[in-house]
Amino acid sequence: MSWRRAQALADLGERLLARERAAVAPALNLVDDRRPEARQEATALLAGLEETVLFGGARRIGLTGAPGAGKSTLLGALVQRLRSRGQTVGVIAVDPSSQRTGGALLGDRMRVRSGSADPGVFIRSLAARDQLGGLAEAARASVTIVAAAFDVVLVETVGVGQSEGEVVDLVDTLVYVAQPGAGDLLQCMKAGILELPDVVAVNKADLGPVAERTANELMAGAGLGERTTEWVPPVVLVSAQEGTGLDEFESALDDHVESLGPNGLQERRRRGRDASVRVSLERRYGSHGLAAWGGHAKLEARLAEAQDRSGFALAAVLGLEIEAALRGGGSDL
Amino acid sequence: MNDPARPERDRPWVFRTYSGHSSAEASNALYRSNLAKGQTGLSVAFDLPTQTGYDSDHPLARGEVGKVGVPVGHIDDMEVLFREIPLDQMNTSMTINATAAWLLALYVATAERQGVAANQLRGTTQNDLIKEYLSRGTYVFPPEPSMRLISDMVAHTVNAIPKWNPVNICSYHLQEAGATPVQEIAYAMANAIAVLDAVKARDDVPDDVLPEVFARISFFLNAGIRFVEEICKGRAMTELWDELGRDRYGVGDPKLRRFRYGVQVNSLGLTEAQPENNVIRIVLEALGVTFSKKARCRALQLPAWNEALGLPRPWDQQWSLRIQQILAYETDLLEYPDLLDGSHVVEAKVEELKKAAQEELERVLAMGGAVAAVENAYMKQRLVESHTARLRAIESGELPIIGVNSYTETEPSPLVDDDDASILKVDDAAEREQIERLNAFRAKRNAADAKTALQGLRDALSNGENVMPPSIRAAHAGVTGGEWADTLRELFGEYRAPTGVVARESQVTDDANQRVRERVHACGERLGRPLKILVGKPGLDGHSNGAEQIAVKARDVGMEVVYDGIRLTPAEIVQSARDEGVHVIGLSILSGSHLILVLDVLAGLKDEGLSLPVVVGGIIPEEDAESLREAGVQRVYTPKDFDLTRIMGEVVDVVEASAGIG
Repeated sequence: MSWRRAQALADLGERLLARERAAVAPALNLVDDRRPEARQEATALLAGLEETVLFGGARRIGLTGAPGAGKSTLLGALVQRLRSRGQTVGVIAVDPSSQRTGGALLGDRMRVRSGSADPGVFIRSLAARDQLGGLAEAARASVTIVAAAFDVVLVETVGVGQSEGEVVDLVDTLVYVAQPGAGDLLQCMKAGILELPDVVAVNKADLGPVAERTANELMAGAGLGERTTEWVPPVVLVSAQEGTGLDEFESALDDHVESLGPNGLQERRRRGRDASVRVSLERRYGSHGLAAWGGHAKLEARLAEAQDRSGFALAAVLGLEIEAALRGGGSDL
Repeated sequence: MNDPARPERDRPWVFRTYSGHSSAEASNALYRSNLAKGQTGLSVAFDLPTQTGYDSDHPLARGEVGKVGVPVGHIDDMEVLFREIPLDQMNTSMTINATAAWLLALYVATAERQGVAANQLRGTTQNDLIKEYLSRGTYVFPPEPSMRLISDMVAHTVNAIPKWNPVNICSYHLQEAGATPVQEIAYAMANAIAVLDAVKARDDVPDDVLPEVFARISFFLNAGIRFVEEICKGRAMTELWDELGRDRYGVGDPKLRRFRYGVQVNSLGLTEAQPENNVIRIVLEALGVTFSKKARCRALQLPAWNEALGLPRPWDQQWSLRIQQILAYETDLLEYPDLLDGSHVVEAKVEELKKAAQEELERVLAMGGAVAAVENAYMKQRLVESHTARLRAIESGELPIIGVNSYTETEPSPLVDDDDASILKVDDAAEREQIERLNAFRAKRNAADAKTALQGLRDALSNGENVMPPSIRAAHAGVTGGEWADTLRELFGEYRAPTGVVARESQVTDDANQRVRERVHACGERLGRPLKILVGKPGLDGHSNGAEQIAVKARDVGMEVVYDGIRLTPAEIVQSARDEGVHVIGLSILSGSHLILVLDVLAGLKDEGLSLPVVVGGIIPEEDAESLREAGVQRVYTPKDFDLTRIMGEVVDVVEASAGIG
């Protein structure tokens, strides 16, 4: 990287930390760029940025749920409420992309828009480009950038069983949006994701009894998941369309962050960071590559001794070590 | 025995022409001249700000005032629109939906000022929001309050304006959006059931009035070029409606179960290439809805031959009116009983359509009915898929369109040798003058009265009272359309309907598509990330079918598509393009406001320091296309560009050129 490029990158990082909106899109374009020189630049930018926002920066909330559960409408309602209190919001919306063509319809953003070009709302759509763990890496990079420049980051994904596990590592609070009568509890149990959400929102409460029945099922089911904390996920009935239940929904979000406390929040973000480093290294070098370097035990030790370090930086450093180990291994052949 | 020279003839259907433009005054002159030519009813086209509840000076109204219809902002405009047209002798159809209660209120107030009582009025308010969510895009409020407004109007008119059709269930626009005949029938019925069930659930409509209500529900159908099938469609709907009234709503009197419908024949099939052929298409389509006496339309409006080129002039509309008059007065069509009764072929086709439509209707009802099937995007996705299939058949040549994908050789057409003179140009001064009139009106009205009337409207709606009486009071008190709609927006909120662009992926794998896919992929490799396109519709035009097809197609050739939908300000489009990091912007505009809105987008991009290529599609006269290209637009597409695969290839060209990687 030329000195000039390095300078420009450092500037971009500075501008993001100064919350300059115009810097956000170029930074996102960069971390989305798969050309080798861009990868290098993106890592440099993200490492610097994450050192600052790993335990600070925006509050991060994830919304997941089956297609048609009304996530976008709920997201739109939440955005409007946050805006009315003067908070700025960055939205990362993830849509599945086609297995066959790579094309993606990054769908109904219009449901989130407030009808004006509000500079306090930023929306970026990502295509989940069908790569194991790839979503998490791309989304993590995007969340890191957006978290530097806005007060709240909202991550929306279509819940299909696997993505929840990836999103939970990106956010402080994961919301599962359920729709009445859709057998969501059964779906969750099948997908093994009962223990993941921190808040459950049963949308379309205007449907009345069927919504209440779904809420009760989920409430009963919420105790079935294995949890490592005291927190029992509240089940809130909302109607994004009619604007009912949103106060309770927001209270539940606040209660969750409060229950974590500053230490808990730090712990959670660190867990997310650890998970991202693991996924990233496994994706790049496989279990064989990791083993050649010293295996999972060594990785866990390295993660533990660099508690406050950026995951992007750590993954880059460890990656170099693994590559050296692999080259060393190669000389025996 | 009748005198053979002068046989007994049926009374013809009502002849209408869908029209309105520029200003109330200009439209009034047009109506009076159309009536003088033998038109027997009026069909009012309102401009988009009027349809979506914005005053002419609202930012979203920019470029749209007086374009696709007449601007009617308040009682003075309505009075001018019907000056010297006695409303007790007129049958007026108004294409108005989200703000239907308001426009009907203005109409009633105008009649009262003419000295005509409301119960003398005859006509129709379209007032069908389900199809707005699915196709036409001029909705404002969410489904539930929208259904409430509709049922309010039904409950009000059944007593106060008994000869009014408060709702016109439109399957017309569903066909325009790609519906097959089966879908058109099924979704129209589902839609009517949603309205009737909402009315039935009201406390203020006693059960014994329900048959009257049922009888007031009218329909608005489309008629395409497959006119035999269209005749059968009309017969199938006639039978289904009769059965529905009898079995579901207990309507005993067969007269009250008659299927009453108006028609505008197909605009979808009108071509930009060899546009003179459209006259023949229009004649055949008109025959389709008049041929079978049993299923003959009650009112007919024909588009003009040059609709795919731009707005028709008075002469173009006159030509279409003459088609109706020749069919009704010169041919012997109206001298016979039903000509198809007893035809086994027709009976079998009708049965086939009925059976398939009933199955689809059951599917929708099982989901919870039409409203549920709007919200879960089921109907919309089916329509997008049908439309995609149709366009693919045109592209492959499987569906021949004369002059477009077959028999394209042509002599120069004398009708369009002077492109500029073959369509109506709305004067750009129309918007400014309308805003001046609005300001003058606001200055002269009694502001306190207007304020009181608005508060009355707010209170009535909050208390669950009927929207009509306070709206009529507001009309008299000088309230404007924007104020009326804003009051409802505050109470009900606004809505964005699902777009249906998440419809199933097409399975096309022909060579041309494969080649474009490879190019898209290669272009993405060069760019460092997949080619990303923004598709959106600036302005108020809600006809999203074209934009949706472009979005779906772009996805199918491997692009990442940000579909931003309808009703966007240029500023929103610029912001979205930047935030989403797209490589190219595709804008679709059919309302004639393309010059102003596209130039606004280009200026906004420039202000942001973004050098993103822009392509535009719509009904755009060549002269305007030239202006757009001069202003920096990379490509302009019009209805003659049916080959979507080629368009996608050109989008790649544009992106490569812009990124310097060609």
